Amino acid sequence: MVETRHCEQQTAMSWPCAGEGGRTGDWRSMKPVLDPAKCIAAKKDSIVCMLCWVFCPDNVITRTAPPEIDLEYCKGCGICMEVCPSQAITMVPENEGQPALNVEETGCDV
Amino acid sequence: MATNILSLPEQEFMLPGNRACAGCSIGIIFRHVTKALDGKAAFVVPASCFTVLCGMYPSSSVTVPIINSVFPGTAACASGLAASLERQGKTDMTVVAMAGDGGTADIGIQALSGAAERGANILFICYDNEAYMNTGTQRSGMTPLAARTSTTPTLGKIQPPKDMPAILEAHGIPYIATASPGYPTDLYDKVQKARDIRGTRYMHLSAPCPAGWHYEAKDTVAMAKLAVETGTFILAETVEGVYRLTGRSLSMAKAGKRKPVREFIRTQGRFSRSSEEALDELQQWVDNRWEAAVHRHETS
Repeated sequence: MVETRHCEQQTAMSWPCAGEGGRTGDWRSMKPVLDPAKCIAAKKDSIVCMLCWVFCPDNVITRTAPPEIDLEYCKGCGICMEVCPSQAITMVPENEGQPALNVEETGCDV
Repeated sequence: MATNILSLPEQEFMLPGNRACAGCSIGIIFRHVTKALDGKAAFVVPASCFTVLCGMYPSSSVTVPIINSVFPGTAACASGLAASLERQGKTDMTVVAMAGDGGTADIGIQALSGAAERGANILFICYDNEAYMNTGTQRSGMTPLAARTSTTPTLGKIQPPKDMPAILEAHGIPYIATASPGYPTDLYDKVQKARDIRGTRYMHLSAPCPAGWHYEAKDTVAMAKLAVETGTFILAETVEGVYRLTGRSLSMAKAGKRKPVREFIRTQGRFSRSSEEALDELQQWVDNRWEAAVHRHETS
């Protein structure tokens, strides 16, 4: 065991990195989907509205027209859907289109 | 001129993929605080939900300097940091102590009171999520009347919370403000105003918490707005002892309109077992505070 004073580590400082808590997109059960036909910024093709960008607590929505959502890190809280004045964002179940699992197929003995 | 949403700077000082819960309001608060300070800030953070957001050694999810301090010593640590930066001539840096309600009103109050008395050149921000959220929703001195936590009686808390801005005002500090993540431009303007004042500045921020208040994560912004619209959380600032309402609270006072408190707490699980008498008592407490605030605004 190395004693603390012999530790090679130079500093006790952390360095910034995205995804510090892992791929937080895995936390999600519903994903936000933006409909450019309804989004005010996309329709006007200019930086207007931007409420989804302002209120995103995880900084995964870009300040662009249309706004882009980084699904790698989006935790799926749904705040963007709630604050959107034109209902352009809908929350879609993450596993939509996949066949539903049943107990027999999983081979689980319950 | 007041800032609008489109004039907020684009640069971010918080990285995605942090450990905060989905729908946590601290993300919204921290983004706009750092934008207002243009990243020229050193943060001191005690044990709190915000430490969780910042992450574990050796990586961090924020791109500004942060010192993780002990729980009771946040303001003391920040005072030392401010003195050191001043000695080195780094006057463009703002020292921000950012603590939760426990780190401000309960455990951290003696260091905060000492720093305010010394007039330490720091900005102390309390994000008030109204309980000890990251350890399992234990009751704090800021938990509201009738709210249930894991350490209150099952029907809810029997005492009203402390009035932190008033406690700090008694110290005679130059700037005290309250702000809410539901109104980010108001929050941005107040942080910028606080940045340019010398001495101890205190900001009290409402911080709705989906995990501890038991509401759906998507409603965080709606909750922050309802807290203001019902008068439960009052947006105000005190500059050199002069109190005035700001933003939405000011327009509500002018219109004389306010939503009933039950509209705010209806969707929160922490009030689900509260008796009607307790909720009436809460409404009465909110009414009294609101009337006192409006009266003070009109007379000062």
